[in-house]
Amino acid sequence: MPLNRRAFIGTGAAAAAMLSAPMLGAQGKPRVVVVGGGAGGATAARYLAKDSDGAIDVTLVEPTRAYYTCFFSNLYIGGFRELSSIGHSYGTLASDYGINVVHDWAVGIDRNAKTVTLAGGAVLPYDRLVLSPGIDFIEDSVPGWSTAQQNKMPHAYKAGSQTELLKAQIEAMPEGGLYAMVAPPNPFRCPPGPYERVSMVAHLLKEINPTAKILIADPKPKFSKQALFEEGWQKHYGGMIERIGPDFGGGNVSVNPDEMTVDIDGVVENVSVCNVIPAQKAGRICDMAGINEGNWAPVVPATMQSRMDENIHVLGDATDQGDMPKSGYSANSQAKVAAMAIRGALTGAKVFPAKFSNTCWSLIDTDDGVKVGASYQATEEKIAKVDGFISETGEDSALRKATYEESLGWYAGITEDMFG
Amino acid sequence: MTGWMSRASGAAVLVAFTAVTARAEAIGDAERGEELFGMCAGCHEVGRGAENGIGPHLNGIFGRKAASAGEDYPYSEGLERAGADGLEWHLRTLDAYIENPKALVSGTRMNFDGLDDPQERADILAYLRRFSDDPQNIPEADPTARAPEVELPPEVLAMVGDPEYGEYLSSECKTCHQADGSDEGIPSITNWPAEDFVVAMHAYKQKLRPHPVMQMMAGRLTDAEIAALAAYFGELE
Repeated sequence: MPLNRRAFIGTGAAAAAMLSAPMLGAQGKPRVVVVGGGAGGATAARYLAKDSDGAIDVTLVEPTRAYYTCFFSNLYIGGFRELSSIGHSYGTLASDYGINVVHDWAVGIDRNAKTVTLAGGAVLPYDRLVLSPGIDFIEDSVPGWSTAQQNKMPHAYKAGSQTELLKAQIEAMPEGGLYAMVAPPNPFRCPPGPYERVSMVAHLLKEINPTAKILIADPKPKFSKQALFEEGWQKHYGGMIERIGPDFGGGNVSVNPDEMTVDIDGVVENVSVCNVIPAQKAGRICDMAGINEGNWAPVVPATMQSRMDENIHVLGDATDQGDMPKSGYSANSQAKVAAMAIRGALTGAKVFPAKFSNTCWSLIDTDDGVKVGASYQATEEKIAKVDGFISETGEDSALRKATYEESLGWYAGITEDMFG
Repeated sequence: MTGWMSRASGAAVLVAFTAVTARAEAIGDAERGEELFGMCAGCHEVGRGAENGIGPHLNGIFGRKAASAGEDYPYSEGLERAGADGLEWHLRTLDAYIENPKALVSGTRMNFDGLDDPQERADILAYLRRFSDDPQNIPEADPTARAPEVELPPEVLAMVGDPEYGEYLSSECKTCHQADGSDEGIPSITNWPAEDFVVAMHAYKQKLRPHPVMQMMAGRLTDAEIAALAAYFGELE
């Protein structure tokens, strides 16, 4: 449901009502705690509650009352969406699905006792735990930058105030100023995301500051939809965007947020805006739970169970699962598989073969949408890509417009699928 | 169709489905492929720091246009022409090439008689796939597994038209198609007559209808799964 005042009131009231009730009403019912209310967690909570018809006691732990989707946040930067249109509340999940929505941080997991501890002190017991915490940033991955500097050099890679800040900084750029992006190394959330963002920044600058320039420092030799983006940049924003790949030192970058400078392979640039998207790792609760291997949480492909603990399922960006890109669509797809597996384990519901899919739409300019998608299946070893498609260069404008409109439909669909 | 419909709506015969695995198969055994690659390694390098030698390096071979491993490599005229004609290296074309190089590209200089054993070819290709783009990072990168062509066993066929299975399968549709019937940008499929639904899915599966997302989605649904979906959507009416 879109964010509005009434939705907020709904969440508060419903959550308060549910909080007072569950331990009485839920005696003997299997309990699932879901940590993280994004594309993975909200979907998992909703499907568990909906499909178990009240047979499972579902608690969703999410710190924010207003959730802003990372997907479509670039469109806000480009001026195609209002920020409020990508904000969502948990009111319907609480009121219509009976999910116990708790707005708090999960700060500890006791895997032996099977409990989650919240910052507010509550201890939630679980039979199955779902962790869908998204990403955190690896400190020092961009020398000179730390999360303490994120208001000078925003990442805007978790949507909300950071996205607003980045847009405001772009709007305040001096005439002919320079916007720099430090692009992340693989793997990271939303593979086409940084490049869609550059497209949206260019769209905004073309309107308000047409002599401004965009510089991307990129540690990766190639990126998703590269031919499509480069074609579009040439067509719509000729000469505005320059990308420095690893061959020319794009991977050898440091920043100075106080001086507003970026050093790319020894060449220091003064910048008006610097969008630092650091290297990423699983949201920190996975590390606290001790289920990471390296930076990510490995999972069993067919059920999304942690390979370290069969009572924990991990979803979305935080996982190491194989071929699926870290995307909201992927997390939503994985959540349905996990919800089915959990219902099978806790209530004896039928378990069907896992199927996964993903599509990533990107907007390059007004009515110029492109997409890449694939279907995936579990192998013993990983979730493996078995089929896929991508938009082609040179497509006609009617098809590109239809692709963009399709993405609007998808946004409406997936957010209803997440939040009810 | 009428007969099918009644069978679908009546089929509540359920089997323990947990035993059925629709697992995709890896391309081949990459470990064995690494050993078998010994027969190629005299000419081809692959892996970190691989360079063109007697033959071109094979990093990023999956998805690469034929004859495009760098300007410094002197390809045969035949392979250059094949590249210009649009030959790209994917699982199918690579398999054909190492089965019999000259059958695919006349005049190729690859001095290799070909490998008859399909499993050995699959194993080598599974090994080589490791050195091309990772779909996690480049979603459009080539597949890393083959979709199973599952012949469902008879006991599973008993679940033809199982609406509960349809409901699970439909969760994938609902990522885009809204249950409340909204049709902004994406058509509504709610309360669609089951028969129309089945016909449309098969048309996407056969690629008669043009939409890449739907062709992909329908392409991996078995007949039983399409029937289950139709039964579910039919029950919604």
